[in-house]
Amino acid sequence: MSQTNRISSKGRVNRSKPLSFIFNGSRYQGFEGDTIASALLANGIDVVGRSFKYSRPRGITAAGAEEPNCILQVGSTEATLIPNIRGTQAELYDGLTATSTNGWPNVERDLMGAIGKLGGNLMPPGFYYKTFMYPESMWPTYEKLIRKAAGLGRVPKARDPDSYDKLNHHCDVLIVGGGAAGLAAALAAGRRGARVMLVDEQNEFGGHLLHSTQLINGQASAQWVAEAVKELRSLPDVQLLPRSTANGYYDQNFVTVLERRTDHLGERVSGQSRQRLHRIRAKQVILATGAHERPLVFGNNDLPGCLVAGAVSTYINRYGVVPGQQLVLMTANDHGYQTAIDWLDAGRPVAAVVDSRAAPRGERYQALKARGVTIYTGHGVIEAKGKKRVSGVLVAPLSADGTQVTGKAVELACDTIASSGGWSPVVHLACHTGSKPVWRDDIAGFVPGPTVQKQRLAGGVQGSYALSAVLAEGLAAGREAAVAAGYGELAANVVDAEISTRDPKEDAAQALYLVPHSKPVSRAPKQFVDYQNDVTAAGIQLAVREGFESIEHIKRYTAMGFGTDQGKLGNINGMAIAAQTMNKSIPETGTTVFRPNYTPVTFGALAGRDAHHLFDPARFTPMHAWHVKQGAEFEDVGQWKRPWFFPKAGEDMHQAVNRECVATRTSVGIMDASTLGKIDIQGAGAREFLNRIYTNAWTKLGVGKCRYGLMCKEDGMIFDDGVTSCIDDNHFIMTTTTGGAAGVLQWLELWHQTEWPELEVYMTSVTDHWATMTISGPNSRKVLEKVAEDVDLSGDNFKFMDWKPATVAGVAARIFRISFTGELSFEINVQANSGLHVWEALMEAGAEFDITPYGTETMHVLRAEKGFIIAGQDTDGSVTPDDMAMGWAIGKQKEFPFIGKRSWSRSDTKRTDRKQFVGLKSKDPKTVIPEGAQIVLDPKQAIPMKMEGHVSSSYYSANLGHSIALALVKDGLQRTGQTVYCPLADGRVLEAEITSPIFYDPKGERQHV
Amino acid sequence: MLHIYCPHCGELREEEEFHCAGEAHISRPENPDALTDEQWAQYLFFRKNPRGLHHELWIHATGCRKFFNATRHTVTYEIKETYKIGEQPQVVEQGGNA
Repeated sequence: MSQTNRISSKGRVNRSKPLSFIFNGSRYQGFEGDTIASALLANGIDVVGRSFKYSRPRGITAAGAEEPNCILQVGSTEATLIPNIRGTQAELYDGLTATSTNGWPNVERDLMGAIGKLGGNLMPPGFYYKTFMYPESMWPTYEKLIRKAAGLGRVPKARDPDSYDKLNHHCDVLIVGGGAAGLAAALAAGRRGARVMLVDEQNEFGGHLLHSTQLINGQASAQWVAEAVKELRSLPDVQLLPRSTANGYYDQNFVTVLERRTDHLGERVSGQSRQRLHRIRAKQVILATGAHERPLVFGNNDLPGCLVAGAVSTYINRYGVVPGQQLVLMTANDHGYQTAIDWLDAGRPVAAVVDSRAAPRGERYQALKARGVTIYTGHGVIEAKGKKRVSGVLVAPLSADGTQVTGKAVELACDTIASSGGWSPVVHLACHTGSKPVWRDDIAGFVPGPTVQKQRLAGGVQGSYALSAVLAEGLAAGREAAVAAGYGELAANVVDAEISTRDPKEDAAQALYLVPHSKPVSRAPKQFVDYQNDVTAAGIQLAVREGFESIEHIKRYTAMGFGTDQGKLGNINGMAIAAQTMNKSIPETGTTVFRPNYTPVTFGALAGRDAHHLFDPARFTPMHAWHVKQGAEFEDVGQWKRPWFFPKAGEDMHQAVNRECVATRTSVGIMDASTLGKIDIQGAGAREFLNRIYTNAWTKLGVGKCRYGLMCKEDGMIFDDGVTSCIDDNHFIMTTTTGGAAGVLQWLELWHQTEWPELEVYMTSVTDHWATMTISGPNSRKVLEKVAEDVDLSGDNFKFMDWKPATVAGVAARIFRISFTGELSFEINVQANSGLHVWEALMEAGAEFDITPYGTETMHVLRAEKGFIIAGQDTDGSVTPDDMAMGWAIGKQKEFPFIGKRSWSRSDTKRTDRKQFVGLKSKDPKTVIPEGAQIVLDPKQAIPMKMEGHVSSSYYSANLGHSIALALVKDGLQRTGQTVYCPLADGRVLEAEITSPIFYDPKGERQHV
Repeated sequence: MLHIYCPHCGELREEEEFHCAGEAHISRPENPDALTDEQWAQYLFFRKNPRGLHHELWIHATGCRKFFNATRHTVTYEIKETYKIGEQPQVVEQGGNA
């Protein structure tokens, strides 16, 4: 198929480089320099999608980020598929494959369209809420159908093969937008020596200058662009980023920019990252983001062939594509006339220009008049005619204020309607940092409001549309930003040459947001405001009639501005129509909030290299390789990979854990405990510091002794525990839970730095410096004796809760006789680098006792058999030491009012019926009650039942031959022997008896042998 | 993302390196046992939630690990000053709420 709409005379496309592409299964041709949209228009493709709700045929409307209809699925394989690409912003490459995202079975013959047509008038805003709300049980069914009918792009099913990068920058001046204002600003700032970054979303710098016919310095504007870019490239500290969209503007001048590096080259480009996310912290930000043209809202204005006027000029002058045969232009301002001039210059006829103003006399009006074009002044296009493409228009006289049709309509034939309702500054980025846009009646648009950011504006974004003003503002902003960034004195002698241009004389524009129809809005053909969500003027009026007054509510009720275009094209018209309906002004009605991102950002770019195995750091103990070789299963504890259990061939987890548990209690087990948090505490104030932080007393703990310590927050609730040992009088080593290590250290620092700086104490995390292995069980001493030197391990000399320096397997070690299993246990700490060596020596020495490595699951079971708590599992931040029956861990004689103490006498913590720590023995010894199960006294009571507690830990104990559980039960300490019930979600009710939490060796004799 | 000047490091660093630790200038009562439950609860639970200047405790968690104070505007997110523990803010709300 030939490019019927391509003309030979204009455009920046490279006609010597034809590119072939596939759209909805058919092959077409475009040129290098085309976007998908310009290539589709060149080939005369009218329908590019179907609308969201009514399935109406839709064509290309705009030429940039504001395009609502040309939303495509690009890519030929699942791995390279990209959903929701705006065809107006995607550059064409050879072999590109694109499909419409909407329309079933296809956009040309859309079955949903039939439903839309039938149901059109029956689908007001809130239709889905109103219709599918009841019965509630049917919603999942409705939802599936609705999603199938609606839906935008489809998520790819295969893994993205591309790589992405993130880069951080610090610059003096960041300029967003490389049009006339941005280029001028970059020149002024760059010439003064500032480190400048200029980012622009398009493949070429220049913005509107790429299709403007206005001369600069007596030359074509594109020539000035080329010279400006050349000069910028010659400046050493200026970085130019084309194909880069500033999507988010955050506090203190932090801007995120998405750079598309290979999307224009092909589907899959190897050797470089596909996209980059630039994270830029700038001393000064200049927003030169320009403005989007507003379309006019009239009947059937969504028919393919209806375009925004400026977009038509862009397609003609930049891409050499005239998107139709015969044009009707409707405008409410002088600028719109330029499109009719460009159309004529492209050699195609203009059927008429329709101007809502009664007596325009501007320069372009005169020019068109002189070329014999019919101009209807004081008129409006009230309705487009046609089925899948515009075939004509109804033109009618309007009242001076543009609100009434005052006479009979005439019908004109045409296939294209260009409309211009004025400009909406692109205020999005300025609003991201919380600044509220301000309405200006003189330009009929919102401009950025006051801000605390070091931000400057230039050009269209602040409502300056005349090119001479845009250029002058750009130069001034660049200059001022450079000076503010510290380049004033250095650059005192830099002078910017004047950039001269002659602006056409223009008359005042009319603010026209809704072109009236001869019928009332509710009966007129649909007047679309937001194309992507099928929001009409009638829909907005209905929302107001139904009582929605806040613009944020109207937005949510009608879905205006919710599409991938985020209302860039239609929001201002919609807000104005809402304001008009409520008889309010636009400033009174206000605007909705703009949030990042300006245009969609791929997840890949946000993730960068922080994906897959690099998503989160993993921590490994020095013995990790050994565990892997033994076939251990691992458990994630924070970032640590801890051995969970060590299955032998053919064993499941249950069997492995049972074996490990029994082996440890009958002979000897060994566990890698290196992940336990270890904090080295030194200084003359260390002992007093521990007194204040822990509930226990530390004054009398001698050198060589260890003590279990309990830590509470100031509210009296347990938050961590562990053994702390006295290494020397002013030197302690504290252990914490694996997951709590970082939090505990910060907690210690908080108190030391903010409350007790007078205590001389230094805290250092030494978790990674030591490898820790625990050998536990009746044979553990015999194993250790084989490899330990310089130490007497006998029970008389080396008592429970002692620690001693020693040499183990030839390596200097600290041996702690502490126990988390209730068995005779030794915890051996050696320098991390020696960890694997000592571990292997212990395994060899233990071979004759069948030493059994065990993981966290066995550790949990063994400690639960002893009723030892795990802070964070059996406690949850609402449990006091008394609740856990751990009054023995409180230093009652301590002088200093240590942390947490005062809160124990608060009325709520004093209650005797608080949840207290107990054991549970299920009636069926084989059944393990699920952790988290709720406990009730009477399982037959009505729902909601009165909950008396919950299960915090639960296991099968092979040593005891029945399951055990730990629980927190109201008044539990008084309820020993009572039967309680755990009703489960699956309908079962488990019965259990409240017992002591210590199931095994209640007298604690085994650890003392 | 905030840009925060660490008064210990003497540098502006990215927010990612810091954690906010709540309201600043809440000193622990000298003798908790002398307080009523209400007074103790005031210290324990009650915090300001101003619209405007707020003095906050921050820690340079992945930097120098030191705590410091910051005066932050809760509407504009401007950080007006940072200062060391033990020092008093220079920027205070009209009427003074430091």
